Amino acid sequence: MFEATSLNRRNRQKEGLVRYLFLLMTLLLILPVLIILGVLVAKGGPVLSMDFLFTYPTDGMTAGGIFPALVGTVWLVTVALLFSVPIGVAAAIYLSEYAPDNWLTRLINLAIINLAGVPSIVHALFGLGAFVMFFGFGTSILAASLTLAIMTLPVVIVSTRESLQAVPMAFREACWNMGATRWQTIRHVVLPNSISGILTGVILEVSRTAGETAPIMFTGAAFFLPFLPQGIFDQTMAMSLHLFVVSTQVPGVPEHLPYGVALVLILMVLTMNATSIAFRMYLRNKKKW
Amino acid sequence: MDNPHPFAIETRKLNLWYGTFQALYDVDLAVKQGQITALIGPSGCGKSTFLRSVNRITERLGYVRTTGSIEVFGHDIYRPEVELVQVRKKIGMVFQRPNPLPLSVRENILFAYRLHSGGERLTRNKGDEIVEDALSQVLLWDSMKDRLHRKATTLSLEEQQKLCIARLLPVKPSVLLMDEPCSALDPEATEAVEDLIWELRGRYSILIVTHNMAQARRASDECIFMLMGKVIEHTRTEDMFVTPKHKETADYIEGRYG
Repeated sequence: MFEATSLNRRNRQKEGLVRYLFLLMTLLLILPVLIILGVLVAKGGPVLSMDFLFTYPTDGMTAGGIFPALVGTVWLVTVALLFSVPIGVAAAIYLSEYAPDNWLTRLINLAIINLAGVPSIVHALFGLGAFVMFFGFGTSILAASLTLAIMTLPVVIVSTRESLQAVPMAFREACWNMGATRWQTIRHVVLPNSISGILTGVILEVSRTAGETAPIMFTGAAFFLPFLPQGIFDQTMAMSLHLFVVSTQVPGVPEHLPYGVALVLILMVLTMNATSIAFRMYLRNKKKW
Repeated sequence: MDNPHPFAIETRKLNLWYGTFQALYDVDLAVKQGQITALIGPSGCGKSTFLRSVNRITERLGYVRTTGSIEVFGHDIYRPEVELVQVRKKIGMVFQRPNPLPLSVRENILFAYRLHSGGERLTRNKGDEIVEDALSQVLLWDSMKDRLHRKATTLSLEEQQKLCIARLLPVKPSVLLMDEPCSALDPEATEAVEDLIWELRGRYSILIVTHNMAQARRASDECIFMLMGKVIEHTRTEDMFVTPKHKETADYIEGRYG
């Protein structure tokens, strides 16, 4: 009485087909990543050395290391974070914990999501107009980092808001019922329980910021500088722009050099992502509800 | 609030609307001080709404409108000059699902105390005293005294629910509101929590919403039966279960609807 009918068999065939189709798509997705990494390691691996990381480019950038670009990227990302994290986290807290659920809030949420989709070259032009020219910061780390900060703000807001909303409502209600104000509730219950998610979002944002080229091209990153930036009003070299320059703008660059730069850049990003994952796992194991 | 006011909660012509839906109709109730009063009635009859309006937590929804008055120990809590934080301090609420905060047992108990003491440094001794007193009141001290640093969310549901009651006590509430406090618990834990509620009787005025007729009968002094947002009957518990005056009450407690 439990034998398969022809309908059962057909459904089972369909099931198998669909399953392998989806598996194939997944493999197609990770294939390019593996190829990119493989090529980078194969071609750029040999140039990696302490000298490469810690010396200046020489011979019209056809030889030498990437030190100023590495330092510049750290500058740009750090200054960008100093702006985007406080603003983004505060805005996310407002939207998640204070804002009433009305049409205005929904409109703001929609705007934030759409802002995340604005092309980076548009942000670059905005940064040029606003920070470099209007505010008179000139092409500088400050102008470039502000541009990066504005570009990544929506991402910070969205990821922070999601972390905040993952904190069960019951905890907030418990606090409010004991007479806690919103801020007391946020400070003592919501933030401690969402900080892992918020920091993960921030670290992912760092990796994205580190790789951006267009927004810093017009606003603060230089082609070549024989010295390190001394402050936020200086120009700087940056890894992403340096990669662009040695790949396309300078004649006579040996083939392995751009691959080396790209490899360092991607390793920076991957390290950051790995840190964020490890960190998230560490904090998640600590909390239980 | 040590005044010997006979009634912990008194309402006059209390009406409440969620948007355009009226949930409470002219509720006139007087809940006696120091007693356990059970609120019973079918789902949607307004008993939880009534409970929630007594510490004004209903307002959080934003679209709730209330008319009439609620007095707690003779003080109208809907007057404009009333400080909500003080209302919440004096009128504690226990929920259906235990909701301890994801902190240690000790920190859960000190949480409300710290909120209301305005950042004043709490000495270790004082803290220990508060924790012991609160846990003793909810009959948890002996079993919990060596586990004060355990995370409260890892305790059994019964312990969690008792802890949720305990954490209200350090700020000296007068009224405890309980919204089906045993409905997430197994029968044994239910009995333990009921025993506890009975234990707290006298020191606190307790208003408890329950779906469980047996519980209302066992563990209350007075009983209020509500139906469709109206109070149908409010009498001593044994009178309600033995000689209900209204046909609706009799039908409900005999399980003819619910």
